[in-house]
Amino acid sequence: MAVVHNLAAARGVPPAPVATLRGVTRVYDGERRVEALGPIDLDLAEGEFFAVVGPSGCGKSTLLDVLSGLSRPTSGSITFEGRPVEGEVPDGVGVVFQEDASFAWLTVRDNVAFGLRRAGVDAAEIARRVDYAVGFMGLADFAAAYPAQLSGGMRQRVCIARTLVMRPRLILLDEPFGALDQQTRLLMGDELLRLWRETGATVLLITHALDEAAMLSDRVGVMSARPGRFIDLVETGWPRDRDSRIVSESRFGALTGRLWSNLREESLRAMGSKGAAA
Amino acid sequence: MSAALSADVRPARKPREGAFDGVIILVVVLALWQGVHLYAGESAIASPLATLTFLAEFLRTPVFWGHFGATMAAFGYAVAISSVLGVVLGLVLGVRRFAGDVAEPILAGLYSIPKVTLYPMILLIFGLGMSAKVAFGVIHGVVPIVLFTMNAVKNVSPVLLRTARAMRLSQPETIRTVLAPAVLPEMITGLRVGFSLTLLGVLIGEMFASQRGLGFLIVNGINLHNVRMTTGMIVAVIAFALIANGLLLSLDRRFGRTPGGGSRAA
Ligand SMILES: Nc1ncnc2c1ncn2[C@@H]1O[C@H](COP(=O)(O)OP(=O)(O)OP(=O)(O)O)[C@@H](O)[C@H]1O
Ligand SMILES: [Mg+2]
Repeated sequence: MAVVHNLAAARGVPPAPVATLRGVTRVYDGERRVEALGPIDLDLAEGEFFAVVGPSGCGKSTLLDVLSGLSRPTSGSITFEGRPVEGEVPDGVGVVFQEDASFAWLTVRDNVAFGLRRAGVDAAEIARRVDYAVGFMGLADFAAAYPAQLSGGMRQRVCIARTLVMRPRLILLDEPFGALDQQTRLLMGDELLRLWRETGATVLLITHALDEAAMLSDRVGVMSARPGRFIDLVETGWPRDRDSRIVSESRFGALTGRLWSNLREESLRAMGSKGAAA
Repeated sequence: MSAALSADVRPARKPREGAFDGVIILVVVLALWQGVHLYAGESAIASPLATLTFLAEFLRTPVFWGHFGATMAAFGYAVAISSVLGVVLGLVLGVRRFAGDVAEPILAGLYSIPKVTLYPMILLIFGLGMSAKVAFGVIHGVVPIVLFTMNAVKNVSPVLLRTARAMRLSQPETIRTVLAPAVLPEMITGLRVGFSLTLLGVLIGEMFASQRGLGFLIVNGINLHNVRMTTGMIVAVIAFALIANGLLLSLDRRFGRTPGGGSRAA
């Protein structure tokens, strides 16, 4: 079944990769040398929704770090929209971190408006976009609240909204729904899909939930235990117009099953090596 | 959902309740004072009534305001110096973690020595008068300001700085819009502690080697067996310290605590 699932392909043009990684590795050189990542080779097609799953500590956050330009790879090269990424986050890339990064001294609304104010967008436009993003993330009732008054999951949504209002062309999300319950997680997944469809942005989503990866993405990269490499790239084949109801399709079960059979051994290895280190 | 929010927000304390507490505390303090006066006798501590009548008169003389002015001037200089020095040193040591790690135990050690023992040296360096008082105030106040500021910078969550980089903020922008608001709460607490200790230092300075200031009046009252003067000036100093601390506390509440951080403040 040939399914069209990115904008470039829809226009009949061969999809040019938005981002490329070639032989990327990352070694942490501290008291203890940690080979955290790679080598990684990956092309992210324009408009693609790419999910990354892998055992805990395999280097997923490290992958986001080097791909976003927050840190330099130890070896290999990275490009975004054809230009090399070197130790700086390029314009057009939006990042949502695994940890809570909301600004405690600003209200939800001011948190979300932070980037737009700085960019000198005019006030009416800021109000419009912030209202939209705040509503989109289900935070409308909390627009005037401070992060300390919110739950962990809601704070994470503030950070997602703060990144999304900037309309990045490449969105990198590190376990953004980690603090949410399963129901909210499914609904937020739907919202993310809707946004992805509407903006045509490319999304890289790191998650530890296999069903989330199977449901949301066009392609899932399964990572090995540390140092993380892709051991499988799974095409999901979902239509672009999809939502969480596909969890009831039989193929969804088959996909999740394939991801797990890939990951089971790696997860055991990851746990085993942790046990040995302790 | 909005119900969850209103449950989270603490109901503000009624101001009248606070005033009531204040009256009770005042009555208890006056009763204790009267008790100590009856027990220790007229020659050790004047009664509340005698002291307040004395103060009512003395506060109208230019003599008091001259000495008060001298203390305020010394305190003002000392606070300015300890704040600027403390914040700048604290910021530098906080940012340069290695230097901070080296400096922290040294500062904590300095902080723990009884600073009165340094007083003769201060006098030899600065001579009698204003500069010695200021120096003594600074010695007391600067270290906690450095320590609090340094720890405030060290405690800034790394993910906030990573967020700043992900948003492509320049370094000055990062300092102004992320680092400064993140460290402000702890820094203000440090300043509050530093202010009280600076006042203490200035007063001790005045007690030992000065002819001016409230500290001098306290000691001079003792020397001249003017118990009302001593008691009255102690009350004046306490009143000033309470007022200053109250002002700083309200500043602390306004900017210091994480906004809405009801659970943390409680
Ligand atoms: N700054 C650092 N210095 C040294 N080692 C690090 C550093 N950051 C991460 N590591 C190590 O690199 C490895 C990969 O870390 P990373 O955070 O990328 O994993 P992860 O896949 O995101 O884990 P999780 O699923 O728990 O979020 C881990 O073994 C970790 O201990
Ligand atoms: Mg991680």
